[in-house]
Amino acid sequence: MSLLTISGLGVEFGPRAAPLSAVRDVSLTVDPGEVIGLVGESGSGKSLTSRAIMRMVPSPGRISAGEIYFDGRDVMAMSSKELRSFRAHDVGMIFQDPFSSLNPVFKVGAQITETLRANLGLGRAEARSTAIDMLERVGIPRPEQHFSSYPHELSGGMRQRVMIALATASRPRFLLADEPTTALDVTTQKQILTLLATMRRDFDMAMLLVSHDFGVIAQMCDRVAVMYGGQIVESGPVEAIYRTPQHPYTRALLASVPELDAVDQRSRPTPLEGYPPEIGPVRDECVFVERCPSARPDCRSGRMSLEQVGTRHHSACPFEGRPAEGAQSPVAKERVV
Amino acid sequence: MTSEMHVLAGPQASVRRRRRHWPVSAVVGLGIIGTIVLLAVLAPIIAPYDPNKLDFASPTLAPSWHHLMGTDQNGRDLFSRTLYGLRLDLAVVAVVTFVPLPIGVVIGSVAGYFGGKLDAVISRLVDIVISFPFMVLVISIIAMVGPGLKGILIGVPIVSWSLYTRLARADMLVIRELPYMEACVALGYSRSRTIFRHAIPNLVRNSLVFSTVDVMGNLLLLAGVSYLGLGAQPPTPELGSIIAEGQAYMLTAWWVVTLPALVLVVFGVGIGILGDSLSDGRLSGVVE
Repeated sequence: MSLLTISGLGVEFGPRAAPLSAVRDVSLTVDPGEVIGLVGESGSGKSLTSRAIMRMVPSPGRISAGEIYFDGRDVMAMSSKELRSFRAHDVGMIFQDPFSSLNPVFKVGAQITETLRANLGLGRAEARSTAIDMLERVGIPRPEQHFSSYPHELSGGMRQRVMIALATASRPRFLLADEPTTALDVTTQKQILTLLATMRRDFDMAMLLVSHDFGVIAQMCDRVAVMYGGQIVESGPVEAIYRTPQHPYTRALLASVPELDAVDQRSRPTPLEGYPPEIGPVRDECVFVERCPSARPDCRSGRMSLEQVGTRHHSACPFEGRPAEGAQSPVAKERVV
Repeated sequence: MTSEMHVLAGPQASVRRRRRHWPVSAVVGLGIIGTIVLLAVLAPIIAPYDPNKLDFASPTLAPSWHHLMGTDQNGRDLFSRTLYGLRLDLAVVAVVTFVPLPIGVVIGSVAGYFGGKLDAVISRLVDIVISFPFMVLVISIIAMVGPGLKGILIGVPIVSWSLYTRLARADMLVIRELPYMEACVALGYSRSRTIFRHAIPNLVRNSLVFSTVDVMGNLLLLAGVSYLGLGAQPPTPELGSIIAEGQAYMLTAWWVVTLPALVLVVFGVGIGILGDSLSDGRLSGVVE
């Protein structure tokens, strides 16, 4: 049984009569211990989706549709007390900016100790030793001394380590990591990802990793969901998404990733023309139609829906890569002018 | 072995050596205020004479070793009167400043955190209270309850919480959007823990800085009201009333007016210096 099941999730802003849809019809399952990647460009709704899981959509946004089940419990139906307990015990969250996600006026040890005392009810001494143990686990050198460090005395990477310790202190079964390495430099990024992988294995956590970086996703995840314009356009095992991307957007996204060892002209990254769609009312057409290199007139009628294209592999584009259409369909070359 | 230990000891030592570093201005400001407060608190021990003991044989004596600040028109020792006056003034000012401060900060934080209708109601109330002419309000309360310190003790807190509310609300609007506040929600902390333990420590500084201005304002208000004869009533020693009584003798006995006023000025300077260094933010800075 899956640990987390999201179905038909919608997040809206603006007046209820004429809502602006930021996330629509997102469905996702996460199995225990599984790492799911959520990839997409800025504004694609990936952060909102991750926050919706904890019912933390920032006001004035609201969850307008959908069901969220965590371990069989209906998250949308939770009272505020149940919700607090759910956040305290079952899910941990790591934020993008380690420079402001720790409270500047408290020592890092005190912040972890507070979580342990408030959420797990540990005593003072026990919380302290557990906090030092957590600091050691996340690779903080000399944890006893750094227990009394203020956040501003630590580097970005160190702070993100502390944040990971804080988020995992109450041993959640599910970790939400919203762009955990975006604010860090590349070498630190690598270390933090390795740490996350270790923590995930040691604590047997499932993880939802939100990133705009396909490289990070490829390194960490079992499965990937690609988001565009507030919808999942393609999802599947990492291997399948990389080797046989089915949706034109996924292909464009992969084509725009620069390869480190490719110097020749042939494999230069190809940028995707145009701009991502603005948040607006739901329209009955494919979200990607404006920028799609292989858009057809049919794309403008009928809302898109995810169709199975392989083992656990779904794509929202009915025209590309469907076995029925033929493997080498010339459709891909057609363009609507 | 020894060199290896040295290498290991280096960074460790620097972590341990970390300490709070107090800027000179804070030390000077605190020193001035501390001395004056200490003098006031210890007035019964230090004061060489009974502040209300009349001595018609020695009116308006100039400052000397017997009477450090001279005597007033009734032969009372001015130094003793000033000490007791400070004691009264500081006690009243402390109450009218530091009782409304936490109340205002809490109300403002709650308004800023929750926003919406609650915030609208509180903010309009603050607007109404602030728009009252302060001095007129205090004097009209005195008119109702009669001359004495009661008017100040009631009138000032009724108004001054609103300033702290406004400051705290504005800061909360900024702080509530910061990731560490979101982290509090993600960690399942209660709202009261989030507001009181995590947000308020980050927003009290502005209120504390403002309170230094407020203390001085309240001290001058108290002295001013007493000077007008509406505050502390004779023969209670109070700086404002000492000055008021002394001004008739300004040309013959300058010290009666000048020296108690000088104490006020020095206290004001001390408060100003401390407030300045608080607002610099260096007081909380940790220097390796």
